[in-house]
Amino acid sequence: MHSAVTLLTDSPPQMLPARQLMAFTLATHILLVPMGVALPFVTLLVHHRGLRRNDPVALQLARRWSAVMAVQFAIGIVTGTILTFEFGLLWPGLMGHWGDVFGLGFGVEGWAFFLEAVMIAIYLYGWRRLDPKVHFWLAVPLPFAALLGAFGIIAANSWMNTPQGFTLDAQGDVVNVTVQQAVFTPIFGPEYWHFAVAMFLTAGYVVAGVYAVGWLRGRRDRYHRLGFTVPFTVAAILTPVQLVVGDTIARAVFHKQPTKFAAMEIVWTTDTHVPEYIFGRLNADGTISGGLKIPQLDSMLAGFKPSTQVTGLTAVPAADRPTPAEATLVHWTFDIMVILGSLLLLLALWYAVAWFRHRDLPRSRWFFRCAAAAGVASLVSVECGWITTEVGRQPWIVYQNMRVAEAVTATRASSLWAMLGVVVALYVVLFSAFLTVLRKLHHHWRIADEGLAPNRPAHAPESDTPYGPREEAGLAAGPSHPSAQDGTPRG
Amino acid sequence: MAEAVAWVMLAVLAAYACAGGTDYGAGFWDLCAGGAERGERPRRLIDHAMEPVWEANNVWLIFLMVIMWTGFPPFFAAVFSAMWLPLVLVVLGLVLRGAGFALRRPARRLTQRRVYGAVFAVSSLLVPFFFGAVIGGVASGRVAPGTPASADAWANPTSAVTGLMAVGATAFLGAVFLTADARRYQAPDLVDYFRLRAWWSLAALVVLAFIGLPVTHHDAAYVWDRITGGVPLALIVVAAATALVTALLLARRALRWCRYTAVAGVVLVIAAWGAAQRPYLLPTSLTVGQAAGVPPTLTWLLIVTGIAVLLVGPGLGLLYWLDTRGKLEALTDADTEEERPPAEPV
Ligand code: HDD
Ligand code: HEM
Ligand code: HEM
Repeated sequence: MHSAVTLLTDSPPQMLPARQLMAFTLATHILLVPMGVALPFVTLLVHHRGLRRNDPVALQLARRWSAVMAVQFAIGIVTGTILTFEFGLLWPGLMGHWGDVFGLGFGVEGWAFFLEAVMIAIYLYGWRRLDPKVHFWLAVPLPFAALLGAFGIIAANSWMNTPQGFTLDAQGDVVNVTVQQAVFTPIFGPEYWHFAVAMFLTAGYVVAGVYAVGWLRGRRDRYHRLGFTVPFTVAAILTPVQLVVGDTIARAVFHKQPTKFAAMEIVWTTDTHVPEYIFGRLNADGTISGGLKIPQLDSMLAGFKPSTQVTGLTAVPAADRPTPAEATLVHWTFDIMVILGSLLLLLALWYAVAWFRHRDLPRSRWFFRCAAAAGVASLVSVECGWITTEVGRQPWIVYQNMRVAEAVTATRASSLWAMLGVVVALYVVLFSAFLTVLRKLHHHWRIADEGLAPNRPAHAPESDTPYGPREEAGLAAGPSHPSAQDGTPRG
Repeated sequence: MAEAVAWVMLAVLAAYACAGGTDYGAGFWDLCAGGAERGERPRRLIDHAMEPVWEANNVWLIFLMVIMWTGFPPFFAAVFSAMWLPLVLVVLGLVLRGAGFALRRPARRLTQRRVYGAVFAVSSLLVPFFFGAVIGGVASGRVAPGTPASADAWANPTSAVTGLMAVGATAFLGAVFLTADARRYQAPDLVDYFRLRAWWSLAALVVLAFIGLPVTHHDAAYVWDRITGGVPLALIVVAAATALVTALLLARRALRWCRYTAVAGVVLVIAAWGAAQRPYLLPTSLTVGQAAGVPPTLTWLLIVTGIAVLLVGPGLGLLYWLDTRGKLEALTDADTEEERPPAEPV
C-alpha cells in the first residue's frame, strides 16, 4: 500500500487544509508549553526561598504563580487533546503505518503527563490544608515529570526528522523494530537539549517580563524586584547555554538532514566556500535576491574551514526537497531565531555586568524595556525554531520514508476547511477568555497590593482562578454565597 | 502478547469510562439542574467534586489513544478515518467542556457564568454520546481497514443505542458519585437529590438495554450472538447484579460502597463487550493479531505501562486519598490578595 501511493506525486486537495490545521494548532499549543514545562520550576524556586527565609513576599509570588498555573494548565490540556486527535483525524497514514515504530515516545509522554497532572493538582490545591514542607516536597518532582514529557514528544518528533530503527519488507511494511534505536535517533540528543533549554529560558523571560513592565510603571518594591530577579536570572544563565546548544543542533542538522540545512541557508548547489546570507529570497531558478551576503561564512560555520563542502538543495530531485518558497520561509525563521538568540545574549550580558559591578539590577530604563520584550522575543524564537524544523522537512512527514501526501486523511478538503474554520474561531474565543482571566487576576492583585481592597467592586466573592473555595460549611449551610472561612470581609 | 496489550487497552478504556464518565455525568446533572437559582446548590457541589481531579481523569483518554496507535496502528487509522465526523465532534466537545469548566469559575458576572456553564454542560452530553456512537459503529462491523468516512458508520441503530447508553451510564456514575460527595460535604438534601437521579438513570439504562436487544440483533450480529451466551453473558449478568446492589445500597444510604459497585457494573459491561468481540478489534475484518504492531514494540509498550503503573499508581492514589480527606482546596482571593506589608521602596 505504501509503495503504491508513492507514485502519486501531486498533492491531494485535502493536504493544504490538513497542514494548515496541524500548523495552527501546534503553533498555539507551543505558546503554552514553555509555561507548562518550566513555570512549576520557577514557582518552586521562589517557594523554596519563601520557606527557607520565611519570606512572605516570596510565598505570595509562589501562590500567585500557582493561580496562573491553574488556568494555563487547563488550556494546555485542551489544546493538547486536540493535537492527539489530529494525529488520527489528519494523518491516519502516518500513525497507521509507523505507529508501532515511533509511538512509544508518546507512551512515555502520556504517563509523564499523568504524573504531571496528578502532582500539579496536589500542588495547586494543597496550599491551604497541607503541611507547608510536605506541600513543597510533593511538588519537587514536577519539573522532572515535565522533562520526561518533553522526552517523549521530542523522541517522536526527532524520529520524524531522522527516522531509523526499523526494517521494511518488500511491500514497504514494517517487519521489525529496534526500540532503542527508534527512540534515540541521531538528532534526538541535540533536539532534546535545545528544546528543554528553550522552554526554561522562555518561561524565565516571560515571567520576568511581566514584572519588568511593573517596574517601568514605577512599582519598584521588593515584590516586583523578586518577581523579576528570580526568573530573569534563570533565563540569563541559560541564554549562553542555548547558543552553544543551538550551534550543536545546527551542525547536527548539517550532517543528518543536509537538505534541511540547505534550505535553512538557501544553498542551491553543492559547493565549498559557500557564503552565508542573512535574509534574502531564493528564486525558482536558484538565484538569491536581497539579503546580506557574507563570503565563506556558511562553510566556516558548518565545518570550521572555508573548504567545507555544503550540500545544496539541487543535490536531490525537486520532488524530494522543499520548494523555493518553503526554503525561503525556513531561512527567514532560522535567521530570526538566531538573531533573537544573539540579542538575548547581549541582554543577559548587560545584566551580568551590572550585577558584578554594583551587585544590583541595571538602572537604565532601557534595560527594563528590553527585558519586557525578551519574553515575546523568546516566544517568537520558539515559533521560528519549530517552523524551521517542520517546514524544512517538507515534503516528507517521515524524512525520506513517507511523504506528507501519503499520510493525509482521505476526508474531503471541504470538511477539513470547515474544521479549520471552527477550530480557529474556537481558539480565538478560548485564548481571549484566557487572557481576560489573566488580566483580571492581575487587576485584582494590583488593587489588593495598593491597599484598595475594601473598595473592590462587589462581585460574587469567589476566587479568580478556575477553582473556588471548597469549604464544607459553605455547602452545608446552603446560602448561595458562603463567606470565606478566613474572615476577609467580602462583597 | 498482542492479546495482553489489547486487554491493557480495554482496561484503560474502562478506566476512562469510569473516571471521565463520572465527570461527564456530573456535567449532565449540571445541565439538568434547572435555572440559576434552583440549580445553584447542585452546581456548586458538582464544581467542588470535579475540580481537583478532572485533568488527571482526562489523561486516561490520551493514554488510550497512545496505546491504540502504538499497539494497533491499522486499527487506529481505520477508526479515525471511518469515524471522522463523530470524532471531530468529540474533540470539539472536549475543548469546549474543559474550557467551559475552567473558565466558569473566574467569570464573575452571572451572565458570563451561565454561558460558560451551558457550554460545559451541553458538551458533557455530546462527548459521551459520540464516543458511544463510535463504539456502536465498531461493534456493528461498520468499520474496516480502508472504510471511507461516511454517515452510516455512526448514524445507525446500533450507534444510537450505544450512544444513548453511554450517556445513561455516565449519568448513573455521576449521580452515584455526587450522592457520596453530598454526604462528604454534609448536604443531606443533596444526598436525596442525587440518589433519586441515580435510580432514574439506572431505570433508563434498563429500558435502553431492552430496546437495544431487538434493535441490534441483526445490525450487530457478531457481537450480539456472542454477548448473549458464554462468558460475556455471565459478565453481563454480574454487571446487572452489581447495578441492582448499587440501587439497594443507595436506598439504605450505604454510600461508602455504592461507588465501587457502580464502577464495577460499568467495567463489567465493557469487559463483556471486549470478550464478545474476541478475536476481533474490528468485527469481522481485523483481528487483534492482524492489527498488532511488531513484537518488540508491544513488549516495550507493556514494560512502559508497567513502570508507569508503578510511578503513577501511588501518585493517583495519593491524589484521590487527599481529595476524599478534604485536604485539597483551591486558593481563594484571600490567599493571593492578602495584603503585603506596605510596599517597601528599594
Ligand atoms: C528561546 C528559544 C530559542 C533560541 C534563543 C534559539 N532556538 Fe533554535 N530552536 C528552538 C528555540 C530556540 C526550538 C523552538 O525549541 C526548536 C524547534 C525544534 C527544537 O527542538 O527546538 C529550535 C530548533 C532549532 C534548529 C532546527 C533543528 C531541527 O530541525 O532538527 C536549529 C538548527 C536551531 N534551533 C539552531 C539555533 C541556533 C544556532 C540558535 C542561536 C544562535 C538558536 N537555535 C536559538
Ligand atoms: C513534537 C512535536 C511535533 C510533532 C510530532 C509534529 C508533527 C507534525 C506533523 C505530523 C505535521 C504535518 C505533516 C507535515 O507537514 O510535515 C507537522 C507540520 C507542521 N508543524 Fe509540526 N510537529 C511538532 C511540533 C511542532 C510545533 C511545536 C510547531 C510550532 C510552531 C510546529 C509547526 C508545524 C508547522 C508550521 C507545520 C506545517 C508545515 C508545512 O505545512 O509546511 N510543529 N508537524
Ligand atoms: C504534536 C505534538 C503534541 C501533541 C500530540 C501534544 C499532546 C498534548 C496533550 C494531549 C496534552 C494534554 C495532556 C493532559 O491531558 O494532561 C498536552 C499538554 C502538554 N504538552 Fe503537548 N503536545 C504536543 C506538542 C508538545 C510539545 C512539542 C511539547 C514540549 C515538550 C509539549 C508539552 C506539553 C506539556 C508540558 C503539556 C502539559 C500541559 C501543560 O503543562 O500546559 N507538547 N500536549
